[in-house]
Amino acid sequence: MPLALRLRGVVKRYGRITAVDHLDLEVPEGTCVGLLGPNGAGKSTTMRLLTAQAIADEGELEVLGHRLPGDSKAARAECGVVPQLDNLDTTLTVEQNLRVFAHLYRIPRAERRDAIERALDMARLADRRDTRADKLSGGMRRRLLIARSLVHGPRLVLLDEPTVGLDPQVRQELWALIDALRAEGVSILMSTHYIEEAQRLADTVTIMADGRAVASGRPSELVLEHVGREAVEVYGPPARLAEAEAEARAAGYNTRRTGTSVSVLGTERANGDAPEGERRPANLEDLFVLLTGEEAE
Amino acid sequence: MSATAAEPAAAARPRTTLGRLERPALMGVLVREIINFSSFWKSSVFSSTVEPTIYLLAFGFGFGSLVSHVAGYDYVEFVGTGTVATAVLFSSVFSAMFGSFVKYQFQRTYDAILAAPVDTEELVTAESLWIAARAGVFGCAPLLVAMAFGLDPSWGMLLVPFIGFLTGYGWACFGIFIAARLNSIDHFSYVTSTVVTPMFLTAGTFFPISGLPEWAQVLAQFNPLYHCVQLVRGAAFGFQGWVDVYHVAALVVFAVAMWRLAIHYMGKKLID
Repeated sequence: MPLALRLRGVVKRYGRITAVDHLDLEVPEGTCVGLLGPNGAGKSTTMRLLTAQAIADEGELEVLGHRLPGDSKAARAECGVVPQLDNLDTTLTVEQNLRVFAHLYRIPRAERRDAIERALDMARLADRRDTRADKLSGGMRRRLLIARSLVHGPRLVLLDEPTVGLDPQVRQELWALIDALRAEGVSILMSTHYIEEAQRLADTVTIMADGRAVASGRPSELVLEHVGREAVEVYGPPARLAEAEAEARAAGYNTRRTGTSVSVLGTERANGDAPEGERRPANLEDLFVLLTGEEAE
Repeated sequence: MSATAAEPAAAARPRTTLGRLERPALMGVLVREIINFSSFWKSSVFSSTVEPTIYLLAFGFGFGSLVSHVAGYDYVEFVGTGTVATAVLFSSVFSAMFGSFVKYQFQRTYDAILAAPVDTEELVTAESLWIAARAGVFGCAPLLVAMAFGLDPSWGMLLVPFIGFLTGYGWACFGIFIAARLNSIDHFSYVTSTVVTPMFLTAGTFFPISGLPEWAQVLAQFNPLYHCVQLVRGAAFGFQGWVDVYHVAALVVFAVAMWRLAIHYMGKKLID
């Protein structure tokens, strides 16, 4: 399958800190790839590298067939970017925000109105076209950011933590919007630290920790490969949890603490030494914690 | 797609070279500025024109009652033409300094623009062009007020918006350069106190620099505002040939130098 995006051995350093460390990443055309990692894993830096707002110290970057950073402008013309932090023109209306970006993305005059209407419809903001951006709710502002990134009909959309800080209902609305994009064949790279978001939207995920890609593939295959099929959830008082954790580790199982319980992972391999507890299928969250050492949200 | 060996990308860092300016990118940034301006033009016009006009009225009629003629001109005419430079300065340097800082630091507008097919060079150039265009228009306000108080109109005055534009472009770039260099908006007061105010006061706006010590007269040659004042007076009262070419050249050098500095340092600020 042709690639919308390809990174090979990309390194980005800020002084003595290596934010991205020999990262390999691929987004096949028409797929949604989730870039999953805890805060500080290097996800946002990776996003900035893809728009040439950060320049790699080493490695190769190719976006839609354009080599970066040299051909970044051509690549950016075909990409849409939804930033983690809101950077709308707050004193402008919804439609004016889109009109500005229709100009910045060089949409010909004859096509501009249709492009704006299409973006408004897709983001379900047509009835808010004359509302100033600073009068919109948080969810609507996010939808406007997405509409802004779509106004020129991009082939690749970069979503940097698209639902961070939003309530669950608004998050669901945005997921539907992103899913509709994917259904239209737009390639998507989405950074997130929400497990559920990656699980619902991404065809494949790349898990990042300390600037490195520690695992990459389909969520179910990654879970099977690194965690196993099954986990046992052990509940009890803190002393019991500590005891269960120690026993499981001694028996060679991976474990994770989730506050009120201990999850013992990969218990389908047990030979009668599995702890007593509630059995459940292993999931992406188990994988995330196992590989990054951090609790997921 | 086959994997190839990773190689250093640092050498491929895009250089900010001349000739990379694309008209659609410049137009995109200008359209953004124009649409935004429609939401705050009243306050902008007010602040950019009223303050120099107050200077004109205060100095023109305050000192004018004590000094009737300066350097061969009626004092109101002398100050009226001089405060054009003040209006150009105020409407360009402060807009650029504060506007650029707010846009990259707080509103993250520049991040949004640079995610589109626009480079830092085009961003800085278009922002400066817009600020300069406004400065060229706002610079005419004191001239119009002076006309109401007796300054005779002349055909040469039609060049004043262009002089204001050229001067304003340099100051806009200077403002963006300062915004890119300083890390706090509070530090702008250092630049205002040590650079902007002394230049504003020694530009020959309120008194001729011929009355200053010789070293100050030499220093004035490095003050772009002085050249702006001289050109505006030339436009109003008659140009003096090659001397005016020298003034234009000085403003062009200032504008080009500040343009390149603004692009270089804003690039360093915006591109990691």
